[in-house]
Amino acid sequence: MEWAELQEWADQARQKRKNIRVYCCTSTGCQASNSPAVKKAMDKAVKEANLGTEVQVVSVGCMGFCGQGPIVEVENSQDPNHYRLYEQVTPEQAPSIIKGLQGEIVTATPGNPNHPFFAHQLQIVREHSGQIDPESIEEYLAVGGYQGLHHSLFEMSPEEVVQEITRSGLRGRGGAGFPTGLKWSTVAKMPPGQKYVICNADEGDPGAFMDRSVLESDPHRIIEGMAIAGYAVGADHGYIYVRAEYPLAISRLEKAIKQAKRNNVLGTQIFGSAINFSVEIRVGAGAFVCGEETALIASVSGGRGVPRPRPPYPAVVGLYGKPTLINNVETLGNIAPIITKGADWYASIGTGKSKGTKIFSLTGNVIYNGLIEVPMGITLREIVEEMGGGVPNGGQVKAVQTGGPSGGCIPADQLDISVDYESLSAAGSMMGSGGMVVMDQDTSMVGVAKYYMEFCQEESCGKCIPCRAGTVQMYDLLKKLLAEEATAADLAQLQELCDMVKATSLCGLGQTSPNPVLSTLRYFESEYQDLLQPAMSKV
Amino acid sequence: MAVTTLTIDEVDVAVEAGSTILQASQEAEIRIPVLCHLEGVSDVGACRLCLVEVEGINKLLPACVTEVSEEMKVHTNTPRLQEYRKMIVEMLFAEGNHVCAICVANENCELQDLAVEVGMDHTRFSYRFPTDRDVDVSHERFGIDRNRCVLCTRCVRVCDEIEGAHVWDVAERGEVCKVVTGLNQPWGEVDACTACGKCVDACPTGAIFRKGVTVAEMERDRAKLEFLVTAREKKEWTR
Ligand SMILES: Cc1cc2nc3c(=O)[nH]c(=O)nc-3n(C[C@H](O)[C@H](O)[C@H](O)COP(=O)(O)O)c2cc1C
Ligand code: SF4
Ligand code: SF4
Ligand code: SF4
Ligand code: FES
Ligand code: FES
Repeated sequence: MEWAELQEWADQARQKRKNIRVYCCTSTGCQASNSPAVKKAMDKAVKEANLGTEVQVVSVGCMGFCGQGPIVEVENSQDPNHYRLYEQVTPEQAPSIIKGLQGEIVTATPGNPNHPFFAHQLQIVREHSGQIDPESIEEYLAVGGYQGLHHSLFEMSPEEVVQEITRSGLRGRGGAGFPTGLKWSTVAKMPPGQKYVICNADEGDPGAFMDRSVLESDPHRIIEGMAIAGYAVGADHGYIYVRAEYPLAISRLEKAIKQAKRNNVLGTQIFGSAINFSVEIRVGAGAFVCGEETALIASVSGGRGVPRPRPPYPAVVGLYGKPTLINNVETLGNIAPIITKGADWYASIGTGKSKGTKIFSLTGNVIYNGLIEVPMGITLREIVEEMGGGVPNGGQVKAVQTGGPSGGCIPADQLDISVDYESLSAAGSMMGSGGMVVMDQDTSMVGVAKYYMEFCQEESCGKCIPCRAGTVQMYDLLKKLLAEEATAADLAQLQELCDMVKATSLCGLGQTSPNPVLSTLRYFESEYQDLLQPAMSKV
Repeated sequence: MAVTTLTIDEVDVAVEAGSTILQASQEAEIRIPVLCHLEGVSDVGACRLCLVEVEGINKLLPACVTEVSEEMKVHTNTPRLQEYRKMIVEMLFAEGNHVCAICVANENCELQDLAVEVGMDHTRFSYRFPTDRDVDVSHERFGIDRNRCVLCTRCVRVCDEIEGAHVWDVAERGEVCKVVTGLNQPWGEVDACTACGKCVDACPTGAIFRKGVTVAEMERDRAKLEFLVTAREKKEWTR
């Protein structure tokens, strides 16, 4: 296919869009609050008002404001000022929203699109979320979809693609923040032959749903990212490893893969070029450890999902022993825009060493929770107090937990830190995959540490002794502390265990499992001391 | 033969390139404790007892799976490593039933030897035993007491890699991990088992045993009993 043909294709898709589009979120969050019924009621209301030629009701992905769902957004391409947002919409309110298009008063609860929750965001990965129907390749083409892939294949050599990603400064969003370009070039440099691309959509962090939302809202974006990656590193086959708890993401991905194949943007001789790339889904049972790359590879190849020592790294010895590129969903979601808009554009966003945006799932004791995509370098305070609206009922922020079980707690007096890889880890926490839990003044920090330790001891794969037995011992000690039965010696033992488990565990799960304890000890040691027996004993 | 030279605990060693640190140290007769490693089957780096320090590298490295490199400076027995190894062995003793006095493997057990080697005389950690780790004596010649299993997976690997039967595997995760036979069937009902006994020989502890035989062969050390009696009566716990 020629560039002009692709453009024509996209134009046709654009022409099919009607002037007025009513977006109904049908992602998991809003589905849980009955959004499919809202969508149905909207369709019916349009029909009854005889507006079928002008108004299009679109089932879209997540808009991020999941806490206030179901969310409905109305957009009029002829009249940009006619933009409306509605929250907590019920099916009964549908006719009123449609009549509102003709100037009548709407009974549904209006949302405020200028709220800091939206205003502070910069959508790159999520730019189409809530704007297109994720189940339609035409909708994706209408917003410029697959132009990055086309551009890579016809205008760039694989080396140039790798260079572009390297120059963009993109770092892995799956947790560790490893430079993506460096990883791509390592796989690309391996001798030609069978290679693989894997999209890590295991997303095991408790409370995190960024990757699920991206897959549900814009699956073609991830497929396009994988295909570009395959071209760049010389792989002709990809796997998406997604957990079984994400049925909607799986079904939308399946549809997208079928459509992509049918339209020759996946499969053999993509766009008529000599390049082949196919994608398969692998459904995982949903174990946290299966997100670890070597465990994931074992699981994809049909084995028990347990990690193995690295080196050799998957880039050298990966799936079926072949060089394998593993990237996170959000990482891959950044690829197409970097190619179409250029590395310089991307590198201009963010901080010195943390480029671009990051998606967080903001939860806990905040008024507005949901998904946000923000430029790196935004302060934690802007996120928590402005976007999240602070703690409900006039409460105080005590700490913010970032990075999930591998991360830590940042105390309220450090809310002004910049949200980027370096600053978060300097504060004793980490970026992780993007869980962000706000805690108010009544939160017990020892309780928080216990919560994460319980998770880790349950999710430990059990292969290596320090993690299997150590997390259990740490969990016991935290329980003992909270039951006010622990002595100074127990606290000292907890610290020794943290040190040992961190230093000796085989994989990242064990190596980071003491972090929630260490960071709460760092900032809230007195809470541990206060629980010690006899009450006055101090270490 | 390409040769790599390195130092292990300040001793100069020259080994075949591609050897592991463990192989190099064996060549130099420097002892590194191991538990999951078994000569002749693949390594999994799971027990973490063989961790060593390498100058210039922050992380501790498992000697059994780390290849030597030119001019590497390895330290196998620093105070930090000694402390970690001791804690690891203590945690194993806290995890299962390791009351050696009533074990078929008493005095013929690698875990027991390790405890002596790392200088462990008691465990500082809370006991997890008893748990619902079961005993299976359905096999006509062998038995397994999972309470004494340390999950080294040596049985899994010999059965799979040497006998080719793959009777054993690991089920569950975390603390409740256990080795299972067949598809978690009683061992005696697993047709794939050739009763070759390789797993019995591979097992470092008293977990897998030959029925009858080990107990019959066990030598009773009367001096030990005498010691226990004196210890109790005279409160003399050291010999
Ligand atoms: C215990 C554990 C769980 C992990 N879970 C995930 C996960 O759910 N999703 C993910 O993308 N990466 C996860 N990772 C990180 C991956 O191993 C890997 O680094 C990442 O997928 C690489 O992609 P990136 O460079 O694009 O971030 C996990 C790592 C560990 C140690
Ligand atoms: S650190 Fe934990 S999860 Fe990782 S291999 Fe060891 S036991 Fe398994
Ligand atoms: S297996 Fe070894 S350590 Fe455990 S009880 Fe038996 S002899 Fe003691
Ligand atoms: S039964 Fe023996 S060989 Fe098998 S895992 Fe347990 S301790 Fe190791
Ligand atoms: S799920 Fe509907 S806005 Fe997020
Ligand atoms: S012997 Fe190396 S980790 Fe067990």
